[in-house]
Amino acid sequence: MEIKVLKNILDVNDQIALQNRNLLKEKNIMMINVWASPGAGKTTLMLRTAEALKGKARMAVIEGDVASSIDTETLAQAGVTAIQINTDGGCHLNAGMINSALQNLPLDEIDVIFIENIGNLICPGSFDLGEYKRIIIASTPEGDDKPHKYPLMFTVADACIVHKIDLIPYVNFDIDGFTRTVSGMNGKIEIFKISSTNGDGVETWADWVLKQLDNYRK
Amino acid sequence: MHELEITRSLVNVALDEAKKANARKLKSVTVVLGEMSGAVDDSVAFYFELMTKDTIGEGAKINFRKVPMQAQCRNCGSTVNPKDIFWECEKCHSMDIEMTAGKELYIESIEVD
Repeated sequence: MEIKVLKNILDVNDQIALQNRNLLKEKNIMMINVWASPGAGKTTLMLRTAEALKGKARMAVIEGDVASSIDTETLAQAGVTAIQINTDGGCHLNAGMINSALQNLPLDEIDVIFIENIGNLICPGSFDLGEYKRIIIASTPEGDDKPHKYPLMFTVADACIVHKIDLIPYVNFDIDGFTRTVSGMNGKIEIFKISSTNGDGVETWADWVLKQLDNYRK
Repeated sequence: MHELEITRSLVNVALDEAKKANARKLKSVTVVLGEMSGAVDDSVAFYFELMTKDTIGEGAKINFRKVPMQAQCRNCGSTVNPKDIFWECEKCHSMDIEMTAGKELYIESIEVD
């Protein structure tokens, strides 16, 4: 006997993601899922974002790494509320891991949560975590061909950050070609050009985050 | 390697559906797998065999209905293959390309006794 199922394979994950989304809505907290390769500068961007949001929105970071708490310690030293998830070899975060992290964060004292997903441009794209927006960071030393090689995440992200733009004179990165490709493959994506080293573009990015928070709370 | 978690979830959904139907045996599962879904069929099949051991799904067959990536030019409406043309329309050379198929990852059906 054949039975039609037509169910998303990650049905359980999606149900927990929905619980996360409902909990965050109740607490009025916006959550952003951050995707990138290892070394794209996720944590440094989080530090600059926290500085730019100071006095405007209270921010926390859920830090996903295969091992170590290096990034959480870096953020904590800078005064950013952060919680570490170690996946012990796992290549992505799932909604259950985020649910546990949310239970351990002071939710009444937070406006925006950033999830630093595992550095990987494939696996994290399959897992809904209950976020409001998804962003992808592409740093210039990685090369401008990443959207061609890993299209899925670029086609579904809400915003793309071209990071380390101060290095463009030293690396082979065609920023106009990259921007054309990414905006072509994803008609609704917003692109930000940022250097966390010299601060270029950080204010514009932080303004976008605040605008999303306003929209989320409307 | 996220196929491990994908397959664990797949096996749970398939066994739940089989139990709901009071089945004695899960004989096969058909999965719709988009070319761009990020999951590799060989890995899913490998984990599927391991994870169905000692369940009513032991020995069940896993079938994949693969969906190729498809895309369309938003400017002129032509069907394009982004893999061949680097996300540029062959006809009008626009780079405004929308992926219309290839992200699928769901269980279509199961066969039970």
